[in-house]
Amino acid sequence: MSNAPADVHDVKKEVRGYMIVFGSLAFLTILTVLISRLHFGLVGNVAIALLIATFKASLVACFFMHLISERTLIYFLLIFTLGNLFFLFGLLLWGYGDILMGARFVS
Amino acid sequence: MTSDHNAHHPKVGFWRQYVFNTDHKMIGLWYGITALFFLFFGFCLVMLMRWQLAYPGVALPVIGKWFGESRMPDGVMLPELYNQLGAMHGTIMVFMGIVPLAVGAYGNVLIPLMIGAPDMAFPKINLASYWAYFIGGVIMLASFFVPGGAAAAGWTSYAPLAVISTMGQTMWIIGMVFLITSSLLGAVNFLTTIIQMRAPGLTFMKLPFFVWAQFITAFLLLLAFPPLEAAAVMQLMDRVAHTSFFMPSGLMVSGQPLQISGGGSVLLWQHLFWFLAHPEVYVLILPAMGIVSEIIANNSRKPLWGYKAMVFSLIFLGFMSFIVWAHHMYITGMGTGISSFFQATTMIISIPSVIILTALFLSLWGGSIRFNTPMLFALAFLPMFGIGGLTGLPLGLSTPDIHLHDTYYVIGHFHYIVAPGTIFALFAGIYYWYPKLTGRKMNEFLGHLHFWPTLVCMNFLFMPMLIQGLAGVSRRLYDGGMEYSHAQGVMHLNGVMSYAAWIMALFQIPFIINILLSLKGGEKVNDNPWGSTTLEWATATPPPHGNFAFDPKVYRGPYEYSVPGASVDYTPQYQEKVI
Amino acid sequence: MSSVHVLPYTVSPRQDTGLFNAKLGIWLFLGSEVMLFGGLFSAYILLRMGAPNWPMGSTILSIPIGTFNTIVLITSSVTMVMAWVSLKLQELKKFRMYLGLTILLALTFLMVKAFEYGAKFSIHYHEYFPALFNLAVHRLAGGIAAMALVPKCILGFFFLWAVWSLAQVAFKDFSRFVRTAILLISVIAFIGIILTLFELGNRHSHHNFPPSYSTYMAIYFTLTGLHGLHVLGGIIVNGYFWGPGRRMWLDQPERFTNRIEVAGLYWHFVDLVWIFLFPVLYLL
Repeated sequence: MSNAPADVHDVKKEVRGYMIVFGSLAFLTILTVLISRLHFGLVGNVAIALLIATFKASLVACFFMHLISERTLIYFLLIFTLGNLFFLFGLLLWGYGDILMGARFVS
Repeated sequence: MTSDHNAHHPKVGFWRQYVFNTDHKMIGLWYGITALFFLFFGFCLVMLMRWQLAYPGVALPVIGKWFGESRMPDGVMLPELYNQLGAMHGTIMVFMGIVPLAVGAYGNVLIPLMIGAPDMAFPKINLASYWAYFIGGVIMLASFFVPGGAAAAGWTSYAPLAVISTMGQTMWIIGMVFLITSSLLGAVNFLTTIIQMRAPGLTFMKLPFFVWAQFITAFLLLLAFPPLEAAAVMQLMDRVAHTSFFMPSGLMVSGQPLQISGGGSVLLWQHLFWFLAHPEVYVLILPAMGIVSEIIANNSRKPLWGYKAMVFSLIFLGFMSFIVWAHHMYITGMGTGISSFFQATTMIISIPSVIILTALFLSLWGGSIRFNTPMLFALAFLPMFGIGGLTGLPLGLSTPDIHLHDTYYVIGHFHYIVAPGTIFALFAGIYYWYPKLTGRKMNEFLGHLHFWPTLVCMNFLFMPMLIQGLAGVSRRLYDGGMEYSHAQGVMHLNGVMSYAAWIMALFQIPFIINILLSLKGGEKVNDNPWGSTTLEWATATPPPHGNFAFDPKVYRGPYEYSVPGASVDYTPQYQEKVI
Repeated sequence: MSSVHVLPYTVSPRQDTGLFNAKLGIWLFLGSEVMLFGGLFSAYILLRMGAPNWPMGSTILSIPIGTFNTIVLITSSVTMVMAWVSLKLQELKKFRMYLGLTILLALTFLMVKAFEYGAKFSIHYHEYFPALFNLAVHRLAGGIAAMALVPKCILGFFFLWAVWSLAQVAFKDFSRFVRTAILLISVIAFIGIILTLFELGNRHSHHNFPPSYSTYMAIYFTLTGLHGLHVLGGIIVNGYFWGPGRRMWLDQPERFTNRIEVAGLYWHFVDLVWIFLFPVLYLL
């Protein structure tokens, strides 16, 4: 049921952990905004922004959502969902890129 | 949870009993009755269409006058109405008929019973999911009465036609959002219930195949519906806020350029729609396979052959169903690479279906088969689904699909699977589980009177579609192909199919009479009239609130029929020793 | 009609899965939400790839305001998890304070978004809404300014009510440190709103950018709109637990704690989506 211990000392450590994550998230937000002002080309900017966003999302998921101490069943569910999502993205993009020879998009 | 507790349950008022009841059996029953009504309504829509197809341009006698000048002037169906009937027939049958019956009704009533649970994990969410379904259904029906009529762009609602359609399409979208919400809530409930609330001793590999089928179905619903919801929201924005998610630049409507920003992608709608709609067709068939498996095992008095293979096939099918969707889009100009990918996955996905069907056939070998009405329907399911599945193969291969796409062959293919396939399984289930809910068996003579003519009519209705499709008759033509020279050789089949549909409607009357009359006049039976091994038959009849009078424990697999050394030909799952 | 005493694993976890029912339920639901926003993100990718020119987010949206909103949402995630921690430590007052802060920050987020949206419509609202709805609104509210004003007023009312309620709870017997912290957060939130009121950073006060303007505006409004609806849903649920729902603490404290944990999981997900939305729409 709970992943956080009810003991006061352990809770203080948990809370310190949350505050560290909070600080990191705030810092990474500022970082992502500042980096966006530099120009690494579209692909570069996208890659860096998504990398930082993914890292921030992992922090929220692992610590605020207790994913780091969660059970296997939840991991399976998430891995399957994310795999599904990437198939959606990947196949959609492949379909966009791979078209019949001589065909053109209207818009 | 004991029967004592329930005997002292105070009588609840009308609202608690019939509107806000959280008991899974009641909710399942509501789903079933509502879905059967919608199935009947959807069938009526197609009977109207079949008049137009059999006698194009001829006034519909007697009832033609009821439709008004805007729909059927002088009783002759307008193409606009034909398209509405076609689009709504598909939508209503799939989303408001089959899925709520196969998943909402059967799943809700049977899952907690089969796993030994007192109710679903989230009873209030269960209640919410029914009412979301009901509201969505009402909105869909109401769409017939708005100016311009109901949605008429096919159940697939392709952009840009759907975007520029009349108001009925907006109501279709809003109705779909409610229906999707209902399915999502139901899926969360089913998955949590099956994972968390199995009785002690009931491991996954001891689950009845029906429960496994519902389990995978719930996963499909959970993960496949949301992209369609996203697409529906975007189409709503396109229609109401004039965005251009799916509207390409330079579109002209009636000679005038559309005042939109353009830049959208028509294919985006197709991808997102079929990302749902392909897993959706597995949602339509999986519960049916589950029902048929239970009935076949029970009425052949032997275990299912290859239970493990069937379960692994189910799981594999679930995985694969998410990556085959673009076989509905072969002629949209996709390149050879991606077409080959989807063709390969489509061919691979046929394997688990064949394994399941073969296992069911093999389960009959050496059995002591009882030919009661549920078994008749279940047995008929096998070859009918076989025809449906096999006719899918040329459609799944991209090259023959060039010839067959959007022809009547496609309609014949999927109707063979859903109509003499799934619907037969659903009928079978009604005959089979009726005694558990009412304490009486349905009448066998009426059952035969329902079964045989329906089986014959189904084939006379859908086999000609395959023939017409091979001849090249396109689908969604309001005159049935009359104008095309290549269709002339098969035009006479339209009349055959229409009469088959109307006669089939007549022979559903014995079924309806059977359900109603058997309530009071059917043969009275005990708690386990079919001699079944699964847990749902261990309750009182009908199962009381809380279901079981004892704390069920499971000791063996779900199909321990004719165990060597046993004195009876069935050994229930919940019975500790073999008697 | 089924009481918790009859349904197993509503409070204590099941042995082999290690989960109680609602936790599995919410993770399943979040899986479907991933697919929902994923569907919209896939639309974004496809539309952007197919567009001959796609505006840089910074030319249309205000990055300082977006950054502010991101910090607001991240802070609300921290206060949400602290609310759950407070319940585990059996401190109901602290729970109400932290949950109240979460709701306050969420309302702040929505108010800022409302101003951001409003900044996109300065004139010619008529073409945007369907004629009938537009007529009714026109008659009732006399023009576009009122259209943008109505949601702002509603949100503002709730914001002030939330601050007042929070003050009642928080300033009773808390340490000076806590009271100062709450005051600071409220002041920062308020300043943020004032800034958006003066539409600092809005460079297009005389132009009209409805969703129909371009596919960029379309996906911007749809993505942030759907996200905003999820924020609203979270506010309603958290509001219920802050108000009438907290009665469950009295007789079933563990079950109530579980509910807050589950609500927290939903809320963190909403924050997670925004963590991706912000760079994609504002920075790229």
